[in-house]
Amino acid sequence: MNIHEYQAKELFTKFGVATPPGKVASTAEEAGQIAAELGGAGLVVKAQIHAGGRGKGTFKNGFKGGVHVINTTAEAQEIAGKMLGQTLVTHQTGPEGKLVSKVLVVKSVDISKEYYFAILFDRGSSSHALIASTEGGMNIEEVAEKTPEKIIKEFVNPAIGLQAYQARKVAAELGLTGALANQAVKLFSALWNLYLKSDCSLVEVNPLAITTDNQVVALDAKFNFDDNALYRQKDVVAMRDTSEEDPREVAASEFGLNYIGLDGNIACLVNGAGLAMSTMDIIKLHGGEPANFLDVGGGATKEQVTAAFKIILGDPNVKGILVNIFGGIMDCNIIANGIIAAAQEVSLNIPLVVRLEGNNVEAGKKTLADSGLAITSADGLTDAATKIVAAVGKA
Amino acid sequence: MAILIDTDTKILVQGITGDFGSRHAKASLDYGTQLVAGVTPGKGGQTFEHGSHKVPVFDTVSQAAKETGATVSVIFVPPPFAADAILEGVDAGLDLVVAITEGIPVNDMIKVKAAMKGSKTRLIGPNCPGLVTPGHGEKSHGGCRIGIAPGYIHKRGNVGVVSRSGTLTYEAVWQLTTRGYGQSTCVGIGGDPVNGTNHLDVLKLFNEDPETEAIIMIGEIGGNAEVEAGLWAKDNCKKPIAAFIAGATAPPGRRMGHAGAIIGGADDTAAAKKRILAECGISVADSPADMAAALLKIWKK
Repeated sequence: MNIHEYQAKELFTKFGVATPPGKVASTAEEAGQIAAELGGAGLVVKAQIHAGGRGKGTFKNGFKGGVHVINTTAEAQEIAGKMLGQTLVTHQTGPEGKLVSKVLVVKSVDISKEYYFAILFDRGSSSHALIASTEGGMNIEEVAEKTPEKIIKEFVNPAIGLQAYQARKVAAELGLTGALANQAVKLFSALWNLYLKSDCSLVEVNPLAITTDNQVVALDAKFNFDDNALYRQKDVVAMRDTSEEDPREVAASEFGLNYIGLDGNIACLVNGAGLAMSTMDIIKLHGGEPANFLDVGGGATKEQVTAAFKIILGDPNVKGILVNIFGGIMDCNIIANGIIAAAQEVSLNIPLVVRLEGNNVEAGKKTLADSGLAITSADGLTDAATKIVAAVGKA
Repeated sequence: MAILIDTDTKILVQGITGDFGSRHAKASLDYGTQLVAGVTPGKGGQTFEHGSHKVPVFDTVSQAAKETGATVSVIFVPPPFAADAILEGVDAGLDLVVAITEGIPVNDMIKVKAAMKGSKTRLIGPNCPGLVTPGHGEKSHGGCRIGIAPGYIHKRGNVGVVSRSGTLTYEAVWQLTTRGYGQSTCVGIGGDPVNGTNHLDVLKLFNEDPETEAIIMIGEIGGNAEVEAGLWAKDNCKKPIAAFIAGATAPPGRRMGHAGAIIGGADDTAAAKKRILAECGISVADSPADMAAALLKIWKK
């Protein structure tokens, strides 16, 4: 899950990570009050949506830019008024844009130098790593590719956590000395606490800035959280904004289904993540385009299949459905009955190809054939993919 | 032979009285697996009954191992307690701990892995279907089934299977069995980014196992475990290998069900992995329907 910029700022403040002062507002008046509290001048008003490219975006009411520098409280109020309740379109939102319901009012800072700093879960070493670079504000993947010598990497022993000397070492390698190095060490340590205690898998500060008045501050941040740990991160879960997510994915998650929407027209419903990915692949291999990834888990009960059909059919692009279940331990006949009941409940009227394999599969296929519904039964993966692509027509 | 487990391996189940654990403990007993003990804290002294089977339940793994001679544990406990359960199995000195549990926080697994350094115990999983060494009876009855895989789809034979995914493993096994080829051992290493055993570890075991003549390796997008295994196999593996990589159509940056199935860069896409594996002399299947066929192209010709 992602969080808003103002929520990242609140996390910074809570864990003592130095960042320019600012507050979030839901109304224009509130934005004006916050601007007054912050001194009225040298401030920035920023529209709060998850997508990037806000500064260059345009509101549907014609107002240009989701990020504005302002110098009076009246101006703060006026600009916030033009953003709030309006839809902002950026290169990342798609043409439909995103509704802005909050703005961040924050003190602007004069930057003398920018750095990159991140703490992340490193898969290769099964541990945590600090990544830093003097090339702040840049795309870090590009820096790593073109000038790998400019990437500083420091691994953290998970048994003892980040040690102070490691933070000092990174600061020194960035070329920081004296008071600036001390500030950086303090910021790195605070960020480590935030990362660990919030079960993050990534906290990226880009840029980490040194201001003209010699303060080390975190300006922009990106957070990733470990989904598996959300059960013990109530404060993190409270920051979730479902209006920023694909509504189909939100609905699926309520039924314990794993759904990811794609651009194609053949929907699939599969048990198991590996088989679900493979089903998408085989649809494509036979000339079709998958409309989604959907893993119903081990069970594939009538309730789950019904919920899955409803979510799939909510996508207007879908012209056919491929159900691929390797029954294993579950009785295929029970699964077949579940599919029939679900198809009846949602009054399915597009081609449905079902491939069942496993326990009691013959009875399952007979049940499908005798249902009187327009269900095509398939033998094996290739047959299933060929049949659904033929039914829908090649993309 | 076979790897890691064989038909006489004695196993214990951590979380045997839970819904998930008890269902699969029963299926393993029905398959003829030597399931000799259960562990549920606070329920020591009870008996887990299924048909004519009476399995003693213990409070701790140490007690269960000591009393019954179990050397392998399978874990079905919920995510908040799973890290502790794994370390309890390690502490009891078991040979193998298999964690089926899905959804263990990454931070917990990082700590478990660090704490296991230097121990004699091997961990398989978490978030995995477990292992099967098929038996010699009808529908492979009498085998050692650890975890959640359907036993009857197997057949004892000479192909080793290693995979990150459950149902995709069953798919490969079924393709082999229906063509008349059996399996030595099938190992599901799990779909999490931090796991105890990777593709390379299992390839090395298959390479040393006299019963295993050929290998199917199933991977997916994310990480570099398959590539690492392929590069090793190129110079070191004496046996033919076929591979399939799931996720050719997966969008970058999205987690495809498995916590570890996420494209992070240019190197961990399905296309990149398949290309490197093919360069390593591995027979790569483009379709999940052709996993056994890809192996038979280079084996038993």
